[in-house]
Amino acid sequence: MKQKTVATAVFAAERQPSACPLPVAVAAVSAGFPSPADDYLEGTLDLNQYLIRHPAATFFVRVAGDSMIEAGIHDGDLLLVDRSLEAADGKVVIAVINGELLVKRVRRAGNRLLLLPENPAYEAIEVRQEMDFELWGVVTHVIHAL
Amino acid sequence: MSSTPSDGGLAGAGRWSRVFALVDCNNFYVACERLFDPALRRRPVVVLSNNDGCVVSRSAEAKALGIGMGVPFFQVRDRLDCHRAAVLSSNYALYGDLSRRVMEVLGRFTPALEVYSIDEAFLDFSGFDREGRRRQARELRTTVRRWTGIPVAVGIAATKTLAKIAARLAKRSPRAAGVVDLTASPFREKALALTPVGEVWGVGRRLAPKLANKGLATALELCRADDQQLRRRFGVNLQRVVLELRGIACYALDQGPATPRSVRCSRSFPEPVAELAAIREAVAVFSARAAAKVRRQGLAAGALTVYLRTSRYADEFHHHGRTVELPVASASTRELLGRAVGLAARLFHPGCPYRKAGVILHDLRPAALVQPSLLDPLDREREGRLMAALDELNDRFGSRVRFAAEGGRRHWRSRAAARSPAYTTRWSELPVAR
Repeated sequence: MKQKTVATAVFAAERQPSACPLPVAVAAVSAGFPSPADDYLEGTLDLNQYLIRHPAATFFVRVAGDSMIEAGIHDGDLLLVDRSLEAADGKVVIAVINGELLVKRVRRAGNRLLLLPENPAYEAIEVRQEMDFELWGVVTHVIHAL
Repeated sequence: MSSTPSDGGLAGAGRWSRVFALVDCNNFYVACERLFDPALRRRPVVVLSNNDGCVVSRSAEAKALGIGMGVPFFQVRDRLDCHRAAVLSSNYALYGDLSRRVMEVLGRFTPALEVYSIDEAFLDFSGFDREGRRRQARELRTTVRRWTGIPVAVGIAATKTLAKIAARLAKRSPRAAGVVDLTASPFREKALALTPVGEVWGVGRRLAPKLANKGLATALELCRADDQQLRRRFGVNLQRVVLELRGIACYALDQGPATPRSVRCSRSFPEPVAELAAIREAVAVFSARAAAKVRRQGLAAGALTVYLRTSRYADEFHHHGRTVELPVASASTRELLGRAVGLAARLFHPGCPYRKAGVILHDLRPAALVQPSLLDPLDREREGRLMAALDELNDRFGSRVRFAAEGGRRHWRSRAAARSPAYTTRWSELPVAR
């Protein structure tokens, strides 16, 4: 139930970046004294505003597997991916290799491009010319349920 | 061109010295699918219409196989199979979301933006010189591509009609690199000569063969024709097309020849439907949707058509349809739905295997100009407020408020055998990365 509430807020805010969920009236309008708190309304905190800088370019991606476990990215986690950002050296990115989406850390060394896992059980991938490769977006946040 | 008040609606023509850009997404539906399923990038891909009936979007590879736009799927199924093409059902949740993102990015370039369709927008490009326009167009392409993953072409010209032609060429010519600017361009004549008359904005499918018969087969021939004569024969809209082709702007942003004369909502049924109850329900939903569409444009309908028909490819073809005029033009779901369902019941032939039903609202006119009638049994003002409330609820909560006649079972609902996940609008269907 709680998750459902969050979902509604995410979509509302995406459609209308400036939208903030409105708080319901704190006190019913009455002929008596108004609640002194009414003057201090500040709105609610919006996670979208905190997490998403470029709504049009931000996508959610689900993690499968544990290749990035040491970067704090677990199986089943939710990633926020911003396609507008530069995939600079050291960033965690979503990349396309041979038709598959991967989450890895980018390492640029000279004119070599490496995709590094954060788990000793996995091998680094060196991007070579003949590969079908694309940098899809930069991971900005991980949402991990405890 | 000199304009006098007597020239009937052309008084404003040529008033602006504006530059328009049309931004048009390339193979939009296929591009959306490929963004989240990169394995599709290496195969020909087609997307089918509602009910998997016809091809509505093709990748470049599918076009190269000779798969035409709008062809019935069963006619090309074998060819697609033998080239290992991916065949997808349409996924409007996904396309709608990516369309919104593309438009949002375009809005960062200019607030003077008209969203023309799910994959096209007109932008005001006045105020740049030629080099500035080129730079702006390139940056816009790169940004949209990078932010949303959708490739776009940009056509630039002094009128919207010419901008459309420019965008079409920008998509086709590899040398254009996605941008064609026809403002004061030496290539304008060539561009018009390369454009069949049926591809010109505002020249419909029905008009194109008539013009071709008169020797006007290309946009260039149309551009050079006698516009006064064309106007007498075909009406002022075609004269406007001609003027626009000559570089004389008749349409500003948010204007165009496409003021619809009718709104249609129809669907093929995945299975033949022979029960009256299901037909009534389908017709109720279609009329509710068509009425909402009409209201959204501030229009009201003066007439209503309902039709039911059997498969076009079956031996015995039946088309049952009827049109009624409304005593007072209406945009009320309640009224239109009631009449449409009543018509459907009268048209219905028991035992007939219907494969399609549709509702068309015609004779559209601005709702504000509707002549009231003393004999009108409906309180129009009250009805208008009720409908506004209905539309707002549906906009906000996603079409959940319905008339009872629309039902809830929807046996006739679309077949979508190969729909991709709602990658961007459902938590359970997000793309997965390893």
